[in-house]
Amino acid sequence: MNANHPASVTGQVVKPRFSASADWIGLAVILAASVVGNLLFPNNLALLTRVIGIVMLVLSVDLVTGFCGVATLGHAALFGAGAYAAGIAAAHFGISDPFAMIAAGAVGGAVAGLISGLVVLRSHGLGQLVLSIAIVNLFHEAANKATSWTGGSDGLTDIAPSPLFGVFGFDLWGRTAYVLGIALLVIVFFLLQRLSRSPFGMLCRGIRQDPIRVAAMGASVKKTLLKMYIISGAVAGVGGGLNAISTQVVGLDSLSFTLSAQALVMLVLGGTGSLYGAIIGTVVFMLFEDFVSAANPFHWLTIMGALLVAVVLFAPRGIFGTSAQLFDQWRRR
Amino acid sequence: MNAVFEVERLNKTFGGLAVTQAVSLTMAPGDRVALIGPNGAGKTTFVNLVTGHLKPDSGVVSLAGEQLNGMNPMQRVQRGLVRSFQVTRLFPEMTPREHLALAVLQRQGRTGRLFGTFWSMPEVLEEIEALLRTLGLEGAADHKVAEIAYGQQRLLEIAFALALRPKVLLLDEPAAGVPQSETPRIESALAGLPADLAVLMIEHDMDLVFRFAQRVIVLAAGTIIFDGAPGEVTKDARVREAYLGSYADDRSAA
Repeated sequence: MNANHPASVTGQVVKPRFSASADWIGLAVILAASVVGNLLFPNNLALLTRVIGIVMLVLSVDLVTGFCGVATLGHAALFGAGAYAAGIAAAHFGISDPFAMIAAGAVGGAVAGLISGLVVLRSHGLGQLVLSIAIVNLFHEAANKATSWTGGSDGLTDIAPSPLFGVFGFDLWGRTAYVLGIALLVIVFFLLQRLSRSPFGMLCRGIRQDPIRVAAMGASVKKTLLKMYIISGAVAGVGGGLNAISTQVVGLDSLSFTLSAQALVMLVLGGTGSLYGAIIGTVVFMLFEDFVSAANPFHWLTIMGALLVAVVLFAPRGIFGTSAQLFDQWRRR
Repeated sequence: MNAVFEVERLNKTFGGLAVTQAVSLTMAPGDRVALIGPNGAGKTTFVNLVTGHLKPDSGVVSLAGEQLNGMNPMQRVQRGLVRSFQVTRLFPEMTPREHLALAVLQRQGRTGRLFGTFWSMPEVLEEIEALLRTLGLEGAADHKVAEIAYGQQRLLEIAFALALRPKVLLLDEPAAGVPQSETPRIESALAGLPADLAVLMIEHDMDLVFRFAQRVIVLAAGTIIFDGAPGEVTKDARVREAYLGSYADDRSAA
């Protein structure tokens, strides 16, 4: 073994493998990217805000799939629940303050996370996948039927968020929603970075690697996963709430199986088990989709498919995971 | 005797086949007991009954005077009944230091915490450092488990169990799969286990059994056929017949 490793020197202070400065760099990159996005797409901030909302959904999928190893194809249930909670708060209860709407979204998402978790975690592997699909379809159907609350297939309208801090209105240009989205993303990212290193985050990684070992040390696998499902729901719910504020309408597509599956694809594209992977996967997928569908409206789905096949074959750990691996190899040489 | 671990008349049948029959044993703090027996003798079933992974048909298991029947495996671990695995079960992408951090935090009831890291908990870091030193794992402390030698993984299994501060430790073949050259390290780790800890070791390697145990229990066809000093076990006619065979002859001849 490597006897010269710093940790082997008794009495020497052992340093963690991550550094706090890397966290700040990550946040700085997000902020820089959002400024660049603003410059590149000044007339399409609505798209960028939607990307941020979906980033939250994909981060949320990453929490249960990447960190805990629970496969899901029904995570849009959590995102849609957040969107409807925020929308219903505004449209039916007159709660139009954007922060209150976001809070309603987080609570709605967390409750949906609790319900999904209670059902999905009763099974394992393929069973979990099937139950997650059933859940999102049930949520979809419930929203479709409860027309007086959700507007059914016409969508929930009459969502008019009041100006941010009473000053910045949510206009047609979408600048306020974009800035709100960036701020929320930075906060969520900051909190999730801390979560992933916390004792709870370590326990979750342990569960992904060997749940039997975790149980044999006296920890409850199920309770831990359920807690993560609730947290994951809150994150997706914030994304849904943001989407409701930004578009001022909530449709059934926010609760769809398609969105759930796309979110998983975006995560795989970026790389599971890392917050950066979730962000990069979503940004690449959605911008590429937007660009390709405009450039080649007839064959854009084929091109998307080819991109995915290429990533899975040549970069099985996703764009971020594979890049990080290559960087690590290069540094060790 | 001040018993820390008691098993009274444990029974289990699978579809009419009695795999555990009236098994009783008592252990005091500091006991070093080896449980041996031929394949199919019911050793694994016994461990599973004790740890709560199987439900006995009848019989009582108690730890430090508290009945464990009706408790799930998790609750038993929390009370201080900890096991290691025959094939190492570790987290391949975590380092030994992270393993021990997780175990220490779990024992302290802090694995639910959403913020902070063990790196900023000096008392946890100190305890980890002490465990790493005791088991000679300092050099491997910050390498992923998948990258360290199997012998070191086995030592980490022991360290991981110790970090939970058990009252009773069940070691399932702690040296299985370890190359001959590394077994002395495992043996010295076993010799260095806390003096007040009761250890029940399930083992096939008879040399290890004779060096480690003060007492040997032989299980055959689900019943205890011998419970006594290691020196006596090879002389026992039933044991020779059921299990040891040529090995007993070799040893008594030597």
